Amino acid sequence: MAQMNLLQAINNALDIAMAEDDSTLCFGEDVGHFGGVFRATSGLQEKYGKARCFNTPLVEQGIIGFANGLAAQGSRPIAEIQFADYIFPAFDQIVNETAKFRYRSGNQFDVGRLTIRTPYGGGIAGGLYHSQSPEAYFAHTPGLKVVVPRNPYQAKGLLLASIRDDNPVIFFEPKRLYRASVGEVPEDDYQLPIGKAEVVTQGTDISLLAWGAQMEIIEKAAEMAANEGISCEIVDLRSILPWDVETVANSVMKTGRLLVSHEAPVTAGFAGEIAATIQQECFLHLESPIARVCGVDTPYPLSLEREHMADHLKVFEAIKRTVNY
Amino acid sequence: MNTDIYKEGEVVHSPAFIDGHSVDIPVLKILKQDGTTYPNAELPELTQAEAEKVYKALAFHRVLDERMIAAQRQGRVSFYMAALGEEATTVGGAAALESQDMIMAQYREQGCLIYRGFSLEDFMNQLFSNEKDLGKGRQMPIHYGSNELNYLTISSPLGTQIPQASGYAYGQKLQGKDAVTLCYFGEGAASEGDFHAGLNMAAVHKAPVIFFCRNNGYAISTPSDEQYVGNGIASRGVGYGMKTIRIDGNDILAVMKAVQLARAHAVEHSEPVLIEAMSYRLGAHSTSDDPSGYRTKEEEAKWAEHDPIARFKSWMLAQEWWDEAKDAELFETLREEILAAVKVAEKIDKPPVEDLVTDVYDDVPKHLQKQLDELKEHIKKYPEAYPFTAGRI
Repeated sequence: MAQMNLLQAINNALDIAMAEDDSTLCFGEDVGHFGGVFRATSGLQEKYGKARCFNTPLVEQGIIGFANGLAAQGSRPIAEIQFADYIFPAFDQIVNETAKFRYRSGNQFDVGRLTIRTPYGGGIAGGLYHSQSPEAYFAHTPGLKVVVPRNPYQAKGLLLASIRDDNPVIFFEPKRLYRASVGEVPEDDYQLPIGKAEVVTQGTDISLLAWGAQMEIIEKAAEMAANEGISCEIVDLRSILPWDVETVANSVMKTGRLLVSHEAPVTAGFAGEIAATIQQECFLHLESPIARVCGVDTPYPLSLEREHMADHLKVFEAIKRTVNY
Repeated sequence: MNTDIYKEGEVVHSPAFIDGHSVDIPVLKILKQDGTTYPNAELPELTQAEAEKVYKALAFHRVLDERMIAAQRQGRVSFYMAALGEEATTVGGAAALESQDMIMAQYREQGCLIYRGFSLEDFMNQLFSNEKDLGKGRQMPIHYGSNELNYLTISSPLGTQIPQASGYAYGQKLQGKDAVTLCYFGEGAASEGDFHAGLNMAAVHKAPVIFFCRNNGYAISTPSDEQYVGNGIASRGVGYGMKTIRIDGNDILAVMKAVQLARAHAVEHSEPVLIEAMSYRLGAHSTSDDPSGYRTKEEEAKWAEHDPIARFKSWMLAQEWWDEAKDAELFETLREEILAAVKVAEKIDKPPVEDLVTDVYDDVPKHLQKQLDELKEHIKKYPEAYPFTAGRI
């Protein structure tokens, strides 16, 4: 085991993936010699050469289109979009191409080897265009897998699983935690399952569900609730698509209550999908309405960032309201 | 179908590929670094009073950037982007326009705003995202905008303003306005799909837009030779069938001359023009960047010798339109004024909580009003957690 921050864990996973398979490539804006603006690809060009780890021109639709072509050809591309806020020029390539490659060809062609890595999320004074959490747009697209890790250990295991998965995966990296989250990470190869949620802390009164950087927020709120005698079960969804209905439903059947929290605006956020499914699965077990604590329905602001965010205090208040319903 | 647009060469019967670098592109240079002009150089129209305004804008730009980089290092602002070495491209561009012309910038074009008279207070209020910011404190520092000065608010995603400029200029033409749109972008942003879409739309629909590429050698860490292998950005203008010129971007007289002529052409013929200004980003991409990871001090030092402000100052001195005593006084005054303005702006309150939900739409819809009401109740419970807004609810 080694102490790694989230960036180092990602870099380590990329290193393992490139070492094991000569057809694995890492590319994107500033990804080559510089190692990416966050340095997630540091040292990879030196180690594996310019042909396999390189800077691309500044064109997101080009990056993903190029990656689709590589994956269709049989290579294993790991494409970086510098910020999730800048993924939208590639939306057509992802939604109409990546996601539908296999289906439209009757499985004659696929881009299952593709992994798209991109930093997402707020709380870093990034304003409108360095803060967004766009997972729900992609969750609405059959054919994609969407994964979000919460810490360095999860990041390495889930990224290796994403790279090796035979389906295209969008891997959202919580950039607020890149250097802030440090933990024990095995230096050896390991994978964590895609499509599987994890019960992080057992509890009895309410299930709290989140993913990525928001896990820290609900954990903090759960500590405050514990001081008031409320026992929270904390669940990390880990995969947004496909998502683990069974683990969440089992938790809710035990606690009778559910709170879902994400950074993205509440309207049409992924919490809505979860709430709809869980009321279907667990209707007779529910003791209160499913609560959503999410971003306000506005673009992500700069100076009023704290007011906009689904912080631990808002989650704590919602826990109390739900338990006392 | 009209086939006149195909300028056919001779008919050949064995394959003749055209080389990818077969278009030679001249570079316009008017002013030498020592302040003299090239023999027979055609100077832009420029009176002494205008020249002084241009020089003062350049000086303001240089001092503003120096002071704000220092303020960022001191933790007083979260972020900053300087335009060190590229000031001539924006100050010169704005100086060659009329005030009714629209400017759509990328993000490093504060020089245009300075020339057009955006006040020091307006700069500071945006940089400190306080309640007097015209953008209501919503965007990161340097995302300026001014409806009054015809300068569209900056959007971080790259290249998005390019097709918008084509549409804006087309509207100006249809309404018979004596106005054009000047659209800035970098050589990196010219890789975006929006660049190609925007140039072709403007060319096909004959929009009076001036596309101005600041080719400063780097897109963050990516050097231009990893961005494209063609003959720069100018060669693409030819591909889209538009008038194109390449200029020395550190030569403000060349910038002004090119933009003056481009404007006249755009207005008279309702056609777009592409200008590629060759320059160098002497500073970091932003305060979040460290260029020592991707380029040498020697390279930077070489380009520092081409400082556009020193070059124009030498010319002003040679015209006897400026002197060293005035210069020293100008820089001293600017430093004092900007420092004083920082101290004022950083004490102004952040925007009130209501500004979170306004301007998402023209009016605040019911669901957002409800979210705001709930948020206010929440803030009242935990005022210490929301210090910017709690005192005013």
